[in-house]
Amino acid sequence: MKASRPARQLYVISSTESLSDRAIAETSKPIIELKGLRREFQVGDELVHALNGIDLQITAGEYVSIMGPSGSGKSTLLYILGLLDVPTAGGYRLAGVNTAQMNDDERASARQRDIGFIFQSFHLVPRMSAAENVELPMTLAGVAPDERRERVKQALEGVALADRAGHRPDQLSGGQRQRVAIARAIVTQPKVLLADEPTGNLDTASGDEVLHIMEALNQQGLTLIVVTHDPDVGERAGRHIGLHDGDVASDRVTGAGE
Amino acid sequence: MHEQTEGANHIRFESSAVGSMRFRDIVAFATGAAIAHRLRAGLTALGIGIGVAAVVLLTSIGEGLHQFVLTEFTQFGTNLIAVTPGKMETFGAPMGGAFGTVRPLSLDDAEALTRVSGVKATVPMVQGNAAVKGGGRQRRTSVYGVGSNFPDVFSFGVASGEFLPPDDPRTPRALAVLGRTLRDELFGLANPLGARIRIGGDRYRVIGIMESKGNMLGVDLDDAVYIPAARSLALFNRESLFEIDVLYDEAASVDEVKAGIHRLMMARHGGEDFTLTAQEQMLDVLGSILNVVTFAVGALGGISLLVGGVGIFTIMTIAVRERMSEIGLLGAVGAQRKQIQWLFLGESVVLAGLGGLLGLVIGGGGIELLGLLMPALPVTLSLQYVLFAEGIAILIGLVAGVLPAINAARLDPLEALRAE
Repeated sequence: MKASRPARQLYVISSTESLSDRAIAETSKPIIELKGLRREFQVGDELVHALNGIDLQITAGEYVSIMGPSGSGKSTLLYILGLLDVPTAGGYRLAGVNTAQMNDDERASARQRDIGFIFQSFHLVPRMSAAENVELPMTLAGVAPDERRERVKQALEGVALADRAGHRPDQLSGGQRQRVAIARAIVTQPKVLLADEPTGNLDTASGDEVLHIMEALNQQGLTLIVVTHDPDVGERAGRHIGLHDGDVASDRVTGAGE
Repeated sequence: MHEQTEGANHIRFESSAVGSMRFRDIVAFATGAAIAHRLRAGLTALGIGIGVAAVVLLTSIGEGLHQFVLTEFTQFGTNLIAVTPGKMETFGAPMGGAFGTVRPLSLDDAEALTRVSGVKATVPMVQGNAAVKGGGRQRRTSVYGVGSNFPDVFSFGVASGEFLPPDDPRTPRALAVLGRTLRDELFGLANPLGARIRIGGDRYRVIGIMESKGNMLGVDLDDAVYIPAARSLALFNRESLFEIDVLYDEAASVDEVKAGIHRLMMARHGGEDFTLTAQEQMLDVLGSILNVVTFAVGALGGISLLVGGVGIFTIMTIAVRERMSEIGLLGAVGAQRKQIQWLFLGESVVLAGLGGLLGLVIGGGGIELLGLLMPALPVTLSLQYVLFAEGIAILIGLVAGVLPAINAARLDPLEALRAE
């Protein structure tokens, strides 16, 4: 464990209690299995090999960082894991389900149920309040309004923003925006939280806060995968995967964040 | 599947495979998106609004005109058939000789027609212009040569005195009945009953004054004098009546009465040298012409609706471009393509629907204003057109929004997310 990691437990995430139970039941199972995963892009005349046959297993509840220089394929890997991108070849099983046969709608359903995304630029809908942004995934899923209200309240309390529920994104600081995005990502109780440079647009203090929240969620059993080029962020994870030119260059477990 | 750990506290999705958003949420999302760009949405809606207002106003005016004209034409009654001399037909080559002859419509014809079954009364009619002298003044006016049944047939009574008596049609006495305007012009406030007047040199005695009928399509119906048809024929040196107007029983069928008249006239004239025009059928034709007019002006308004639709299409195309990253995010949090399509389609329908309501307010106000400015024209906002206009507005929103919505749904969520 890194010495710099503070012991304080700022955020109590009550809405995800069930995650722990679920995580314990599944803890030994691989949540993500990749076999010979390839992704190629046609850029002009050139065929770019973004991923060159990745084999990888991630167990439920792990805290993984994916690092590498730009162009190493780390973002491509993250979006394939999040079912937003489709591999050119190779197998990907998410929670035991083969994703290869899924069509657009099935991938959308799987994203709705199993995946939470955190983006570098937050991607909040500017015209909606914090609460409405958090509510959006459930609105799209057709969840009953009463249940939505309750879960939004819990999720915003979980990221200590209950008092900002009515604020629009432009009335929030960068750190607060990313916390709203986290609330939105976990409100549907996904199995995996995927973060793409979550602290890239934040100052050190707010970045630290955001990472703390995600790590607290991970400690409750949520599988956390962070893509970053910032070594300080990457080092906090329990497992570090280094990508280089579309290959796994290193994969080491430091035991932190278990 | 991976559903085995569905706990009590676990989130409940309404539907398993297809994300079915609640209708109210789609409307709320679409309205929220429109409100976020108030000015832009307002102007786009105004485009549709002007179109709807134009359609509502123009069709209401058309409808009002329709009613106005029909009221004018039915004030003399509707159970009328006019018999006019000559067959309305176009011959390819001059038929010459016997075929070309047209026997005049005579007073005897008029009398004979009263015997046709279903016919209540007939009026011979000869019209012309002549100078009328009386009360020391002279005025050129319309002279109507008619029969004694005239007031019954045209529901047009006398205000004072009496109408022409049922004399022998061939040798009637020289009596005249004045229209209100002619009475005022010649005699002013004096009582003209019993007075002597001269019409084209012949002397007549005034025995009655007609009630006022006012103007019809700009013609003063009261500027006239009524005399017996036989005297009018002599006055204008004519052989044939202008027409014979037949009043038939309301209960009788027009076609049967027409057939009866046709048989009788064929027997009397030995050929079809006359034309029958039923008022009812004429009104039908007039009505359908006026409907075409209403439709045509409505279509003119429809062109501005079309322009409004183009406005919605433009704004929605821009909105999809501008909100790429939002579309990407919707995909990332699990929206299916169809859902994204519905959200954007909903937005254009909301714009068009708001525009439609705006147009109804403008159009309704315009109609109120028109009612104040032109009280004679019966313009009313009919519910039928209101619903039609709003329906059309929403339809235009749907049509205009389809392509942008499909474009939004086709976006690859990942590429849309990266578009900043």
